[in-house]
Amino acid sequence: MKVMIQHVEMKGIVKRFPGVLACDKVDFDLKAGEVHALLGENGAGKSTLMKILYGMYQIDDGSIVIDGTERHFHSPADALDAGIGMIHQHFMLVPTMTVAQNVALGQPSSRGFLLDLDVVSERICELSAEYGLKVNPNDLVGHLSVGEQQRVEIIKALYRGASIIILDEPTAVLTPQEVDDLFIILKKMVKEGHGLVFISHKLHEVTALCNRITVLRDGKMMGTRSAEGVERHDLIKMMVGRDLKTLQHRDYNPGPARLEVRGLHVTGDRGVESVRGIDLTVHSGEILGIAGVSGNGQLELAESLIGVRKVDSGSILLNGTDITNLKLNERIDQGVAIIPEERMLDGAINDFSVQENVFLHDHMEKSFRKGIFLDFKTMAAHARELVREFTVKTPTLDTPIKNLSGGNIQKLIMARELARKPSVLVAAQPTRGVDIGASEYIHQRLLMQRDSGTAILLSSEDLDELYELSDRIAVIYEGQIMGIFERKDTDIQTLGLLMAGIKPGDPPKPEKVIAACED
Amino acid sequence: MMNIFTWDVLSGVLRTMIALSTPFLFAALGETFSQLSGVVNLGVDGIMLLAGFFAFYAVFLTGNVWLGLLLAMLVGLVMGLMMSFVSVTLKAQQGISGIGLQMFGLGMSSLLFKVLVGTVTSVTGFRPVKIPLLGDIPFIGSILFNNNVLVYSAFLLVPLSWWVLEKTTLGLKIKAVGQNPAAADSVGINVNRIRYFSVCLGAVLAGVAGASLSISIANLFQDNLTSGQGFIAVALVYFGGWSPVGVLGGALLFSLANSAQLWLQVLGINVPASLAVMLPYVLTIVVLTVAVNRGKQPAALNKQFFRGEN
Ligand SMILES: Nc1ncnc2c1ncn2[C@@H]1O[C@H](COP(=O)(O)OP(=O)(O)O)[C@@H](O)[C@H]1O
Ligand SMILES: [Mg+2]
Repeated sequence: MKVMIQHVEMKGIVKRFPGVLACDKVDFDLKAGEVHALLGENGAGKSTLMKILYGMYQIDDGSIVIDGTERHFHSPADALDAGIGMIHQHFMLVPTMTVAQNVALGQPSSRGFLLDLDVVSERICELSAEYGLKVNPNDLVGHLSVGEQQRVEIIKALYRGASIIILDEPTAVLTPQEVDDLFIILKKMVKEGHGLVFISHKLHEVTALCNRITVLRDGKMMGTRSAEGVERHDLIKMMVGRDLKTLQHRDYNPGPARLEVRGLHVTGDRGVESVRGIDLTVHSGEILGIAGVSGNGQLELAESLIGVRKVDSGSILLNGTDITNLKLNERIDQGVAIIPEERMLDGAINDFSVQENVFLHDHMEKSFRKGIFLDFKTMAAHARELVREFTVKTPTLDTPIKNLSGGNIQKLIMARELARKPSVLVAAQPTRGVDIGASEYIHQRLLMQRDSGTAILLSSEDLDELYELSDRIAVIYEGQIMGIFERKDTDIQTLGLLMAGIKPGDPPKPEKVIAACED
Repeated sequence: MMNIFTWDVLSGVLRTMIALSTPFLFAALGETFSQLSGVVNLGVDGIMLLAGFFAFYAVFLTGNVWLGLLLAMLVGLVMGLMMSFVSVTLKAQQGISGIGLQMFGLGMSSLLFKVLVGTVTSVTGFRPVKIPLLGDIPFIGSILFNNNVLVYSAFLLVPLSWWVLEKTTLGLKIKAVGQNPAAADSVGINVNRIRYFSVCLGAVLAGVAGASLSISIANLFQDNLTSGQGFIAVALVYFGGWSPVGVLGGALLFSLANSAQLWLQVLGINVPASLAVMLPYVLTIVVLTVAVNRGKQPAALNKQFFRGEN
């Protein structure tokens, strides 16, 4: 192994992108044997700062000093040579290759131009045992779970002799149990003398794992705190710039059933059955949360509810009438509103203006027409009203929405959908990629809509969010519902286990045997 | 009607099949490398034509087949550099740049042929080399072991390609670049360099494919000598599921169709010639609709690679 880095200092780092100052004189330092959290909202510049350290981006100003010597990294290869590794938000793995091939990729082989996968595998097994990573070198990466793929990334960094490892939002894709497992591994790494940078916007993770916390907002450093004794709301204030309103706990008085799903079977894109016999009822005045690790059928379920995916069998009832065979348009007319998962792809047209996006569906409404022509005056008034009411930050109504931030686009979509006073709202990941301030607003709006009697089906991969908002929570696993609970009767731990397919009372899953690593 | 099912006819059909599969093998194995790195080169046919012409012209002037082969490889290299520059460095749409290359090769070879040669003339190409002992095996010997160097090399190229792709660090890099260029980039692999290499290797092999038409099979040059074989070679890569062995199977199948078609005409069997000539092309379409396993397609095939920054 290379010499372990003791101290990394980034001083006065400035990085500009066209039109954005992504890092504005940021100072950051990391010592061996500590976890230093980088906390901040989306777009705060966390990834950019760390990609600079990893040699992916070049700085416009400032310096990087490692153990007393100033260094310039022109590529990730340079940084890796110096002992700095990074695990990206989107994994950098080749799914059609085995773990060993992924680890060997780009590394010099002990046999020159010939691959030495057996040697690599042996080293993987050693590292795997040393850090408790449980990785089989012969597995095809594409067949591994997200948590396992992440461990492959960690192995990759360790194999390359990284003593500093940057983890960019490593928990965003994990179930709570996988997060626990990851933390055990990370703590082991720290004990071995590695220094870790942990990027996150989840406060409880940061306080549970890290020694120090640095907060970024809009590219500026807001300060560094020791994790011990730090106050949550202090950190939030540093991140968001103000205090957040806390959600009140609400009475739960569900009304009549609005949306009923009976024995639903749906086939996904890959031709496999993604929804395998789901029954659900959503009542007026309640939020039913769908919890699940992504790829367990929640997307296909939502798509079939709004009418953009064919149902194989089963039925969907809206206020008692069968809408299984209605098209998307007809369902909207019947009172279904949609906040889609990919807002930039399915929820809005990027090159259209704010106003045009408001009227994507409703331009045929009588009230917005004069005979066969559109009544632009009334339309503009309506759009202006929505923009004001939902505090969408936009220069004008004619601004193309691609120039708006994610949070503002989402607010606009929400404004448009809720203005129709829907009887059912299907919200798929409404706050994904949205900053905390806008998320808070979206949460409040969802609750207001619930109180006004709408039945809301909410899916989110953020279990904390789901737990906060939902009256009842259904856990989806491999296309089936593992259980439906009232919020007060369950907790995050139980839900997390169910999301991993483990029912309470099940014997613990047998430890996966790593055959390739045994002699 | 004469009996066509004799040993002599069968051996003739198979001999022709082996010879005809040479350009398919060179071109399609080369294209396999190119596509595994993520670049579809539709200009293979154009490269074969221009390289084929230069190989022919060198032999026409000097009688030296090796000089012809070398020239063909050089033409392939230059056209490969053109293709890589346009589609890797300039990041143009691969389909468009490939078609451009094809039209360039087609037009240029016709022009040079008219200006420099004028009429169809035949030359003496590579001569068969009988392999001692093996060549004396009845039936099989004359089919497999009495061919010229280009034919032997084409078949040896199959295990060689497999070995490079499966057993060397280079092969791993090529496949990684075609599957997930961002991942390859993140571990310090130069994506563009690997793509240049793979495209140029493919193009050099396409050049050899062209030479094997003009100075090994036909031993002459004429307008559009390939009659689209370069495109079939591209299709063979899909058919073969991006594996050298699959490509071999496809190349043999298509050459068999071609060879059978030729022999039907030679034997004067009463099938309209145009229908017979169509056979391999129809087969291409049918096979491509039925047999292609897209699951094996490199995920970044036909996609330009942009680094995170800018
Ligand atoms: N490659 C890039 N080109 C242009 N702008 C970028 C690029 N990467 C990031 N940005 C911008 O820089 C800012 C910080 O982004 P990022 O570092 O990804 O934030 P975070 O990781 O904290 O969410 C954002 O405004 C983002 O749009
Ligand atoms: Mg980020």
